[in-house]
Amino acid sequence: MNNMDNIQKRLLEEVADLHEIPEGAYNIRSNGEGAGRRSTEHIEITTKTDKPGIDIHIKDNTVRESVHIPVIISQTGLTESVYNDFFIGENCDVTIIAGCGIHNCGTQKSEHDGIHTFLVGKNSRVRYVEKHYGEGDGRGEVVLNPQTIVHLAENSYLEMDTVQIKGVDSTIRTTRGDVADNATLIVKEKIMTHGTQHAETDFIVDLNGVNSGTHLVSRSVAKENSTQMFRSNIRGNNACNGHSECDAIIMDNGKVAAVPELEANCVDASLIHEAAIGKIAGEQLTKLMSLGLTEEEAVEMIVNGFLK
Amino acid sequence: MLELQNISYTVTDDGKNKEIIRDVSLKLEDDKFYVITGPNGGGKSTLARLISGIVKPDSGKILFDGKDITDMSITDRARNGISFAFQQPVRFKGITVKDLITLAAGDMSTADACAYLSEVGLCARDYINREVNASLSGGELKRIEIAVTMARSSKLTVFDEPEAGIDLWSFNNLIKVFDRLHDKLHGCIVIISHQERIINIADELILIAGGRVTKTGSKEEVMPLINSGNWAVDSCDKLNI
Repeated sequence: MNNMDNIQKRLLEEVADLHEIPEGAYNIRSNGEGAGRRSTEHIEITTKTDKPGIDIHIKDNTVRESVHIPVIISQTGLTESVYNDFFIGENCDVTIIAGCGIHNCGTQKSEHDGIHTFLVGKNSRVRYVEKHYGEGDGRGEVVLNPQTIVHLAENSYLEMDTVQIKGVDSTIRTTRGDVADNATLIVKEKIMTHGTQHAETDFIVDLNGVNSGTHLVSRSVAKENSTQMFRSNIRGNNACNGHSECDAIIMDNGKVAAVPELEANCVDASLIHEAAIGKIAGEQLTKLMSLGLTEEEAVEMIVNGFLK
Repeated sequence: MLELQNISYTVTDDGKNKEIIRDVSLKLEDDKFYVITGPNGGGKSTLARLISGIVKPDSGKILFDGKDITDMSITDRARNGISFAFQQPVRFKGITVKDLITLAAGDMSTADACAYLSEVGLCARDYINREVNASLSGGELKRIEIAVTMARSSKLTVFDEPEAGIDLWSFNNLIKVFDRLHDKLHGCIVIISHQERIINIADELILIAGGRVTKTGSKEEVMPLINSGNWAVDSCDKLNI
């Protein structure tokens, strides 16, 4: 980490809020290479031998520990697919912070496709935080296609918070989940696109267990000429509860499409989808302007609050 | 303080022009508590929207502290000391009570601003971090709207039917809240209301029907007219029903 230049350090700050070496286990990948790693007594990080990426083994009963695995790219034209597999034991309570920051000031495309697989053991709780960020004044595209695959064992819980606010030209975010008895998968995503960016979200969750549940929440803002597509498919294969919610603000010439799909394969499955797409309500602007904000300031406050 | 000079406002509905406000002239003075009352559809809320700048008159002038604000934006009117509590408060996803109170209060500390929540019967600790979204009931939202508006401590504050949706128990406190606000602010307070108990605490009543100011004066002067119901008949006559 000490060998990093200022651009790399700033990217690290953006995606992982890291100013210095984090506490706990970590693995930092920079321009396709390892830039630092630490395993701990309960969390072991090893390099994959068959393909790029790492395995993270978290022992049974690991509680109140965290893993940071940020990826940063400042080299134009770098394209990589990285496989990170998390093997989380039973009765754990851990936080995993991932994220990818790309600085592309060249003319070639920079792309990072992170494929994250989580095998969550019985009775474990995982909080997974993921942030994507792109910058650079070159004409080269910034492309991020994260895939998240979650297997939840009985009575386990995974909450995924994913944020992509700035600078990513093209993204296809794929999430797959299967949920066993009494287990719950929560996904909260926040996306803002501008310019001619395009973002796609694609969730498929199988609620296989008795009393399994999922809650997918997407909040997004599409500005200027950007486009977004939200697809979700919740399959209720047992007595379960599934809920998906897509809430989008469109501005300028932004376009958002939502294609929700619910599949009840069991009579005791209870599945709900809500979608709301529209511009900022005029009365919201009026209210904030009557408190002294200009129209532009009111728009900013509404958008910031919406994506907070 | 505020002067409306020959204000008229027309909307187009189904291709027909409908005059909502007809040549209204009014003078509101500093440190006075006004209640605007009158039948539904008479133009009361439109008058409040004209004062706050949400709609602009077709003709006439609005003066605030002697300055012509007829063409001034909502923002500039707010910054110059006009506050407006909506009849139907707005919901926001992700914006908290604290965000609105802090914005309204300006330099005031959050702790002081929170006192306004307590005044309207909401425990600040329970509400300050709540989002102003659909999870709040209509009554809660209404009380937050009143607290946020009070926190601005403006020279002129207009409340559009603040009692609507508020339960009887809270309503008793609301009367005290407006009374205290009047003592504290020394500004001009205008409340649009149908409630006799709010009317009772007014320095002056303004009766609006059919888009016109039918009568202004003390409670003693205006109430007999309200009780006689004559103003409603006048309104019907104008529509030739």
